[in-house]
Amino acid sequence: MTMETRSTREALGDALVELGGLDGDVVVIDADAASSTHVKAFADGFPDRYYNVGIAEQNMIEVASGMALVGKKPYATAFSSFLAGRAYDQIRCCVAMPNLNVKLIATHAGITVGEDGATHQMLEDVALMRVLPNMSVMVPADYWSARNMIISSIKSDKPLYVRLGRAEVPMFYSPRDEFVIGGGRIVREGKDVTIVACGIMLFEALKAADILARQEIEAEVIDCYSIKPLPEDLIQSSVRRTGCCVVAEEHNRIGGLCGAVAESLSVNYPVPVRFVAIDDRFGESGTPAELQEYYSIKFREIVGAVAQVWVTRRR
Amino acid sequence: MERDLELQLRRIAVEVRKDVLRMISIADSGHLGSSFSCVDILVYLYFHLMKVNPAEPDWMERDRFVLSKGHACPSLYAVLARKGYFEREELWNYRKLGSLLQGHPLYINTLGIDAPSGSLGMGAGISCGMAMALKNLSLDSKVFCLMGDGELQEGSCWEAFMIASHWKLDNLFFVIDRNGQQMEGHTEAIKALEPLKRKLESFGLVCFETDGHDFSLIDEAFAQASLVKGPPKAIIAHTKWGRGITLAENGGIPVKASLSRNEVTMLLDELNRESMALSEEGR
Repeated sequence: MTMETRSTREALGDALVELGGLDGDVVVIDADAASSTHVKAFADGFPDRYYNVGIAEQNMIEVASGMALVGKKPYATAFSSFLAGRAYDQIRCCVAMPNLNVKLIATHAGITVGEDGATHQMLEDVALMRVLPNMSVMVPADYWSARNMIISSIKSDKPLYVRLGRAEVPMFYSPRDEFVIGGGRIVREGKDVTIVACGIMLFEALKAADILARQEIEAEVIDCYSIKPLPEDLIQSSVRRTGCCVVAEEHNRIGGLCGAVAESLSVNYPVPVRFVAIDDRFGESGTPAELQEYYSIKFREIVGAVAQVWVTRRR
Repeated sequence: MERDLELQLRRIAVEVRKDVLRMISIADSGHLGSSFSCVDILVYLYFHLMKVNPAEPDWMERDRFVLSKGHACPSLYAVLARKGYFEREELWNYRKLGSLLQGHPLYINTLGIDAPSGSLGMGAGISCGMAMALKNLSLDSKVFCLMGDGELQEGSCWEAFMIASHWKLDNLFFVIDRNGQQMEGHTEAIKALEPLKRKLESFGLVCFETDGHDFSLIDEAFAQASLVKGPPKAIIAHTKWGRGITLAENGGIPVKASLSRNEVTMLLDELNRESMALSEEGR
């Protein structure tokens, strides 16, 4: 797979500029990270609708809430650690509880933040956001899915959390592909095992599927970019054909996509399930590539997990 | 302030206090003292200063009110009912299952509630967002944020003061109900706020002090504050916890009150006597 690469956070700047042109009510609220989050493009294009509240994520969410209460359509942006973590009570009480039209776009999620280390490697955000009533949670895999997802978020007037990464990833999708809240996408068809992945783990899942194909195991790979609502029908209909499932994500194995898929399948159609995710640990410094190896979230682990579920698959 | 208007506001305030006492006694829970300390401020805002229309609660050009000290919502509910946002009968369902009137204000349920609150320290920031958006829309509406004094121990309040002054939100008024009391005792014993005025001023706010129970003085403070263009305003309203009920003022009622029928009757008597005195005064 040799493709052009770009980070999902780059898509944020481009999507916001497009939204700014589409809708005069769109405002962007930033906690002094515009250069890193690529929000600077919007700040330059629409200075009268860009608010930098300084290094104060809690205040940022309160301000976004206040703006939504007056009819604006705020996009609040920050690093995921400080958005989902530091401002959690504000997100809970000022956004989710009143069900306001505030979009939370978090960048720099996951272990592949790299050298900055544990404080900046957010591995718990999906769990934190997913458990909030009224909140939807989306994790795009590449530039185009991130861009189109953020642009189409304007159609919803409900709270939404979008999780973006720092690292460059292959440009997998096309500019015309659509990504709706509650959706997922089968990116490779197969009959032997279902691999549900999101974010950077989609590419590991596809690599694993290539390797498995050589051993005559045809893996079906689902890009589960909407974690809440979860595309339950899509996952279930695949699992009903394959009889087993592996879930892969760049997040603590507790509470994120792994938790969501396990909850859904155990209630609706129990099958053997294995997780390839961070094993309930904090991160540490290193290069993104080293860290993916060290924390065992590579295609190899997916192949291993498939071997385990496949032998015990439901028939 | 004209004497007739002042008398009218004082009468409304007594009736509101009576309703609040009834609400808290029926619900058998709620914050009596800190609800009573801000009644006069609420009555002044809703029955005199603020540009609102109960027949059109979503009127875009209205002034906004944020009750940052959400636990004092019985007083806000009683004022909103008296103003005509919803039936007064609804007050007796406060804190009951399925009620519009939740234990702390829930924005989606209740007509007249402009913002959610309950978790302390967030109303100031929400008010900043409102004030910014109103300026962005070129509306001359104002935002009034009523804060508790104990609440100022939350750091998020000071983040909000910083941003309000940086963005020159002169359409924003922070009103601090300085009743001196918090859950476990006196503010100055637990985590001192003083010198509060100097602290607020050093954050760039133009600050006024007033007696939070004297309508003429409240009016004077707001009149002076409204003249200042540029910075956001803070009004420290010195109040008495439980104002209107001698027993509460003297610390005879716990912070979260549970009152017997006899006690309620006795406390209502005091408010009824004040109510009678005020009707005499008008003659």
